[in-house]
Amino acid sequence: MHSSNLRAFLDRLIDGLLPLLSLIAALAVASLLLIALNADVGQAYAALLEGAFGTQNAFAETLVKAIPVMFVAIGICVAFRANVINIGGEGQMIAGALAGTTATLALSGAPSLVIIVAALAAGFLAGALYGGLAGFLKAQFNVNEILSTIMLNQVAVQMMNFLLNGPLLDPSEQGLNHIPKTARIVAEAQLPRLVIGLPDGTLLFDRTRLHYGLLIAIVLAAVIYIILWRTPIGYRIRAVGYNERASRYAGISVGRQMVLSMFLAGGCAGLAGVVQVLGLQYRLQTDGSPAGFTANAGFNGIVAALFGGLNPFGAIPASILFGGLLVGAQNMQRDLGIPASLITTINGIVVVFVVSSQILVKWRGRRRAQQSTTRTEVPLDSPIVVEQQA
Amino acid sequence: MIENILAPSVFATCLRLATPYLFAAIGEMFGQRSGVLNLGVEGIMLMGAFFAHYVVLSTGSLLLGVIGALIAGLVMGIAVAFVNVTLKAEQGISGIGVYLFGLGMSELLFKTLVGTPRSVSGFPPLHIPVLSDIQFLGIGQIFFQHNLLVYVAFALVPISAYVLRRTPLGLMIRAVGQNPEAADAMGISVTRVRYMTVIFGAMMAGLAGASLSIALLNVFQQNLTSGLGFIAIALVYFGRWRPFGVMLGALLFSFVNALQLQISAIGIDVPSEFAVMAPYVITIIALVFASKQTEKPTALTKPFDRGE
Repeated sequence: MHSSNLRAFLDRLIDGLLPLLSLIAALAVASLLLIALNADVGQAYAALLEGAFGTQNAFAETLVKAIPVMFVAIGICVAFRANVINIGGEGQMIAGALAGTTATLALSGAPSLVIIVAALAAGFLAGALYGGLAGFLKAQFNVNEILSTIMLNQVAVQMMNFLLNGPLLDPSEQGLNHIPKTARIVAEAQLPRLVIGLPDGTLLFDRTRLHYGLLIAIVLAAVIYIILWRTPIGYRIRAVGYNERASRYAGISVGRQMVLSMFLAGGCAGLAGVVQVLGLQYRLQTDGSPAGFTANAGFNGIVAALFGGLNPFGAIPASILFGGLLVGAQNMQRDLGIPASLITTINGIVVVFVVSSQILVKWRGRRRAQQSTTRTEVPLDSPIVVEQQA
Repeated sequence: MIENILAPSVFATCLRLATPYLFAAIGEMFGQRSGVLNLGVEGIMLMGAFFAHYVVLSTGSLLLGVIGALIAGLVMGIAVAFVNVTLKAEQGISGIGVYLFGLGMSELLFKTLVGTPRSVSGFPPLHIPVLSDIQFLGIGQIFFQHNLLVYVAFALVPISAYVLRRTPLGLMIRAVGQNPEAADAMGISVTRVRYMTVIFGAMMAGLAGASLSIALLNVFQQNLTSGLGFIAIALVYFGRWRPFGVMLGALLFSFVNALQLQISAIGIDVPSEFAVMAPYVITIIALVFASKQTEKPTALTKPFDRGE
């Protein structure tokens, strides 16, 4: 009995470590690339680490970069748990930023708390509706959500370009060669900088760009965690993701869970957009390219969510790790002339490795099932589960 | 006014701009018909575009450029097939990884090997004798004054239709996509067929990239494709997994693109954003109406497991 407990523990440990192994494997591939680029691998990684975590300011920048990724990743956990592949983080983030910025600009003059709460609510709602649209199209018309979210990303980019060049354009930026951006938001609407006072009186992150978005992300992670694992809503969402047919037999409305999961995922991504405006940029600005505002956070959020094991609390450290890679890469580019796009490449390899390594989990799961016919493993569509449902 | 907007040159541009869509979407269609959704087309296109451009830049040979793009596609295709077919990875997500890899890698190579955007002399227009001189309705200009890759791309459409419908190979591909268990029982290697279609699709994606970087634009820069590869995937759904349907979708997209270029060229003040947006919205609507999708390969995105 002891040894089987130990084995179960080891199995779980290995399953949990798989993302880390994927990262190590991806870094190994990246090392080969660095060698091909004639760069000193040790030096490059030293510059990367130094740039990401070396100083207080570097670490703050890492966190700043990680904040939008966190929000998106937390939402992706919900969608992917329902087996809805949401590729629309980019578009949902833009929808949230547009709505949040509009609300902020409309409310200038109101008390600080009112503006911020209203802007966050508007951002969440816009992202949620935009994501929910893809969920609705999937549930109602069987439209593949991967395709619809990709299309909706492009629609959102164009909508933003249109609004920032016209109706929402900063009044002081009229003229032919203007930068597409909104007016600056009032000081009351800006999220405060986050400075942590330590017991010995020193200030952590003093005079950095770190803002309260980090705390909002942590609260959001807790809320989403509770929804997913402590409420019937989350139970149903996960059940649909685990076994759609069994859930349908158990009386769960599969379509509703799909819409709901996309609504929540889109809302989180929408918050990413509005927090980026309120906490960092103080205006909505783009260069017209698809990643002009989002800086690919919508895609990187997928990487972080997978890396964090589709758990909101895993998504936070995972986002910090990938934020660190992004910031460290700039240091690497400055010091050693290695293009920062190396990080996009690494991100891609991580995703491929993480999803590929799932086969190991499956193999071992199958082996376990064969070995322990005596252990009672309850399949989801067994009467026991159905009873719990009723 | 209207004759300015619908000048023969617009239709000619439309056919030219359809090239990358056609290569990428027809290739992707083969993968999907056999049951594999390769969402990484965009990344593979970028790699193909870079290698084609880089080879032409350093050797001056267009043929070698095309071969470079095909090899880039081949290598990426083998990796994609290995991940999706052998390792049975979730195809919707692994594709995003392939996209990010291609996006980062092509930019990395470009910045290291080339640096700043440089133009090459790409495929010149081929005037087909006699036909290209037809003045009537501008037919000569519209159909017979294009570069070689345009003709190849359009030739691919009937050839694919023939292969899919009338050859044993096409039957095998469709069987593997519709009912892999039955195909397996008939002695068809599901794995081998899927490897073949995915690799072919990736090579076509490479060629699609080349058609941008050494025929249409004659330049490479970071994220050159900017979403084209994703549209190509949607076109396969749009065209209901049929070559001529895919071609129709490609022409719709490229026509809107061409129209938009013409409208801004003659100085009509319409927000260009809506013109860019239109094809995406149309595609979503088309997907809604195609919702029954009876033609959709049943085994699409489902890895095959012999249950050993």
